[in-house]
Amino acid sequence: MKAMMMGFAAMIVISVGAYFGLHELGYSTDARSPGDTVRLD
Amino acid sequence: MRFLLCILALCLALPVAAQEATPTPDRSATGGAQTLEDIMARQRGEQVAPKTGDAAGAARDLSGQLGTLGGASDPELWRALRYGSADITVSSGGEVASVLMQDGGMAWLEFRKGPLATYGGYLLLGTLALLLVFFVLRGRIRLDYEKTGRTVTRFKSFERAAHWLLAGSFILLGITGLLTLFGRMFVAPYISKEFNATLLMGAKLIHNNVAWAFEVALIAVFCLWVWHNIPNRTDFTWFAQAGGIVGSKHPPAKKFNGGQKIIFWSVILLGASISLTGVSLLFPFEFPMFLKTFDILRSVGITELPFYGPLPTDLAPHEEMQYAQAWHAIVAFVLMAIIIAHIYIGSVGMEGAYDAMGSGEVDEAWARQHHSLWLEELEEEGKAAPKDATPAQ
Repeated sequence: MKAMMMGFAAMIVISVGAYFGLHELGYSTDARSPGDTVRLD
Repeated sequence: MRFLLCILALCLALPVAAQEATPTPDRSATGGAQTLEDIMARQRGEQVAPKTGDAAGAARDLSGQLGTLGGASDPELWRALRYGSADITVSSGGEVASVLMQDGGMAWLEFRKGPLATYGGYLLLGTLALLLVFFVLRGRIRLDYEKTGRTVTRFKSFERAAHWLLAGSFILLGITGLLTLFGRMFVAPYISKEFNATLLMGAKLIHNNVAWAFEVALIAVFCLWVWHNIPNRTDFTWFAQAGGIVGSKHPPAKKFNGGQKIIFWSVILLGASISLTGVSLLFPFEFPMFLKTFDILRSVGITELPFYGPLPTDLAPHEEMQYAQAWHAIVAFVLMAIIIAHIYIGSVGMEGAYDAMGSGEVDEAWARQHHSLWLEELEEEGKAAPKDATPAQ
């Protein structure tokens, strides 16, 4: 049971890390899809 | 009588008079055919004068607005747009945005909401039904020997954590993937479109990010167990005796039996295929892989596929994404069906099987029944308790 919880915890850590990591690296959808002409920020 | 005839004549004459009263507009621009003003007048409920002259003949010579025979259309331009050969310049979005028309998308859409959803759904429901029938007929696979009370370590803590990382992420990916495919069919009509939209936003967020956990776990599990899953001669015996699942025999097996090797390689190969197409979908248009795959198939002499036809020689960027999505979903359905069977045999289907991934410790009787060669190896290495040891209290 402890190993199962460790596995699930690792899943959350990797997923959250991927979300923020990719955003930081500029791989979010809003950073990749529109061109400069339509970027508001 | 004369009075009645007068009234009748008046009734007949009035509409004619009204029609004659409607002024005929200037239709020289359309050669007598109706004009935009005529159309607008009809929409306002006004009387419109009938067309005059040889309207159809005149329209043939028109090239401006309201030409009825396509005089204003340019078929070469539309053909170029459809087949991607038009010289298009866009201010944002790059090469991908220059594809203004992609009629191959309709075939993908029809496939996605038709055969993919239908046969995929039947596959999963059919697997569940088969397992239910099997459980009713065969029942739970029980231990033939008395439990000894002595246990051996089947999987270490790290191995079990890697398994549950893979399992947890796959279940989440499966559920969110099914919601994405079936939400519009089964959630939106019966609950609400707003609820479905919110649900799918959450599903997309989970699917796109948990995917990385699945891929990490896939690599970990491959590294941990590949050595034990290389096919060998004992697998033939195991398959010849149907793994003891059907009948009463218990064929010898090492740490992983033939059936478990099928599960392992299915997870690794199908999981890798799902992962690759998933990465292609996560980074749209950046990792196209299907035209390259078709080129490889052609290079080994495969020019067409059954139920599909000749392999394409050219794919628009959007078609690459559509192939990736379709393949991603097809392979995921197959893997989900396999994993449902795996979950069954690892839980209700076999007595003592869950302990292997629960506590990691299995009773020696269980190990002897299902993995006798592995237990013998442990005994030779001194990792299993001696047969006459006293069970722990």
